[in-house]
Amino acid sequence: MSKDSAIVVENMSKLYRLGVEKHSGDNLVTAMASFFRNPLGNYRRHRSLYDFRDVDIAGLESGTESDSRADILWAVKDISFEVPRGQILGIVGQNGAGKSTLLKILSRITSPTSGRAIIRGRVGSLLEVGTGFHQELTGRENVYLNGTILGLRKKEVDKLFDEIVDFAGIERFLDTPVKRYSSGMKVRLGFAVAAHLEPEVLIVDEVLAVGDAEFKRKCLGKMESIGEQGRTILFVSHNMPQVTRLCNRVIMIENGGIVKDGGPHEVVEAYLSAGKHRVAAREWPVLEEAPGGQVARLRSVSVRNEKNQVSDTMDIRKPVTVQVEFDCLTPGYVLMPAFSLCNEESQIIFCSNDTEEHWLRKERQPGRYIARVVIPGNLLTEGTMLINTAIWQWEPTRRIEYHVPDAVAFQVIDTLDGDSARGHYPGDLPGTVRPKLDWHTERTGDVG
Amino acid sequence: MSSQDSTAVSDEKVVVIEAAKGWRFFDAKELADYRDLFFFLVFRDIKVLYAQTVLGFSWAILNPLIQILIFSVIFGGVAKIETDGIPYTLFSTVAIVPWTYMSNAMSSGSVSLIGGQGMLGKIYFPRLIFPVTPILAKLVDFAISILLIVVVMIYYGVMPGWNMLLLPLFVLMMIAVPLGVSLWLSAMAIRYRDVNFAMPFIIRMLIYSAPIVYTASAIPESWRLVYSFNPIVGVIEGYRAALLGTDVEWLYILPGMFTSVLLVFGGLLYFHRMEKVFVDVI
Repeated sequence: MSKDSAIVVENMSKLYRLGVEKHSGDNLVTAMASFFRNPLGNYRRHRSLYDFRDVDIAGLESGTESDSRADILWAVKDISFEVPRGQILGIVGQNGAGKSTLLKILSRITSPTSGRAIIRGRVGSLLEVGTGFHQELTGRENVYLNGTILGLRKKEVDKLFDEIVDFAGIERFLDTPVKRYSSGMKVRLGFAVAAHLEPEVLIVDEVLAVGDAEFKRKCLGKMESIGEQGRTILFVSHNMPQVTRLCNRVIMIENGGIVKDGGPHEVVEAYLSAGKHRVAAREWPVLEEAPGGQVARLRSVSVRNEKNQVSDTMDIRKPVTVQVEFDCLTPGYVLMPAFSLCNEESQIIFCSNDTEEHWLRKERQPGRYIARVVIPGNLLTEGTMLINTAIWQWEPTRRIEYHVPDAVAFQVIDTLDGDSARGHYPGDLPGTVRPKLDWHTERTGDVG
Repeated sequence: MSSQDSTAVSDEKVVVIEAAKGWRFFDAKELADYRDLFFFLVFRDIKVLYAQTVLGFSWAILNPLIQILIFSVIFGGVAKIETDGIPYTLFSTVAIVPWTYMSNAMSSGSVSLIGGQGMLGKIYFPRLIFPVTPILAKLVDFAISILLIVVVMIYYGVMPGWNMLLLPLFVLMMIAVPLGVSLWLSAMAIRYRDVNFAMPFIIRMLIYSAPIVYTASAIPESWRLVYSFNPIVGVIEGYRAALLGTDVEWLYILPGMFTSVLLVFGGLLYFHRMEKVFVDVI
């Protein structure tokens, strides 16, 4: 174990007992009767939630004992890693993978069942914004209360106070009870306090998901500067662009264990391709189950990279092909496929209709059709893109035959190689699109 | 054996996080590190208690005052309870003021963890702060209600004698009782919400378990020892002796002191034992 590690985690596990309800009766009377008859059983059930004496923990860990018991769950299982000082470590994983439990253990909110962790330096953990805010207290009082809850001393809050208030932008409301604040103001104030904590080790869970875009940007900038000061940060997020931008290293957690550990791009890519929740290709093999009706039905949608491979991770510089396969079932209709692209905030970035001259007025023969459309490279911004697809019956009547929201999704990654629209700027770049434009600058003469 | 101890090595904090094991009372150094938080939480409790009320801190006087008036009429006036020659209002005032503190502190201390469960799952600070905060915060009400005792004593022309010097001891005991009870019950209430339902009538029963409306001498001789293991008996008898100059009946007081020390230290052990699983069983 190196002295330069800020965090050392050794074989840490956390076992939860699922509160399995015992079947107690089919109607109210028998249920109540068994409830009254059985206070001792209730007591045992409560107690078993934290008492694992009946579980062979050593046996489970070494694998000699089966852990398929229905009533227990390893939220974190035999995790070991080290975080060197000054590293920003991202933790990614599906919901329920064990990320939050890991952070809760490292924040000392809950204890591990076995194993241990050593943390060097003062820990600041931010699992929620504005913990302990009280509605009846004023903004000023809440800054002090929240600051001391997060581990600051009063004199440290004194020193940071003006900066905090300035960051939150609530000078006018300092002596107003927080219950009269808008929810946005509360979030900003809570964040401002948290952002000014200056612990050696900072543990952050998804808190950047709140607040407006402007404020998010401010907070991310603050985190970046904390990282530059050589502090260690543990950062859990579902926002992959944030993770790739902020972290030097990322670990991926699945079913309580580390499945991948490495550079941010490598791990994020692995995480995204493992994610089954959003797919880059979908098909409906059974005609009757396919979206649509008498006239047309959607059979498959996919997004493809420039090698025509289905992929959910796209290079920001490269074109993306959207491919829609549909069946025309009845003759005599003019059909127009269309799609729209949304970002994670459900904001529509653009819509696109099939404007190919050939099909604009032509009635289609029944049969299978494949429509391909290319979104040029250097247009989209980083982040998750969702594709909604639809088909219009344009003539004789105008109506939508099918509309499938969020049919497929892909992730746009900016590789920071310097030839994308961001140039050599490594920080956060706002905007819903990120076109690479042609810049021309020339020197026109001497000054004056 | 400590499970989560912080030690300063070359003035850097090192935290070791391990599975919960072992027995201990509390981590004094850690509590000291969090004294500012203590202060702000107590401040919060005090400020929030009477927020948006018209009468504000007058309630600290009104509550015991109304209780005294009712008891004076019913037990003093109607039932004519024997009080060893002390005017009934005086007799009950010196008991009800500390009792009001103890019952308030006990009921808010016992639900303190349940009330703070939002925080419990989101941030770490010494869990002991939860039950101790209301015990301290209610002292403000108590300090205000001492005014009642002063007024009633002046009215009846009672001057405290040398016994008065013992008062700090009984104040300490008066704080120890709800502290001990809260340590036990707050930790228990996290798992067994039964505590929340039992608390109101426990408080209502406790008032009759101590010589608040009657005199301790009304208890039969043979039961006196058992009776005085109730620490509330000692607190009330102590207050009467210290303020009204009656004899200090150590036989009533010492067993109660023993019980309250046991309550507090046992409570600390139990609380520490349970605090590792609070979050998992909420």
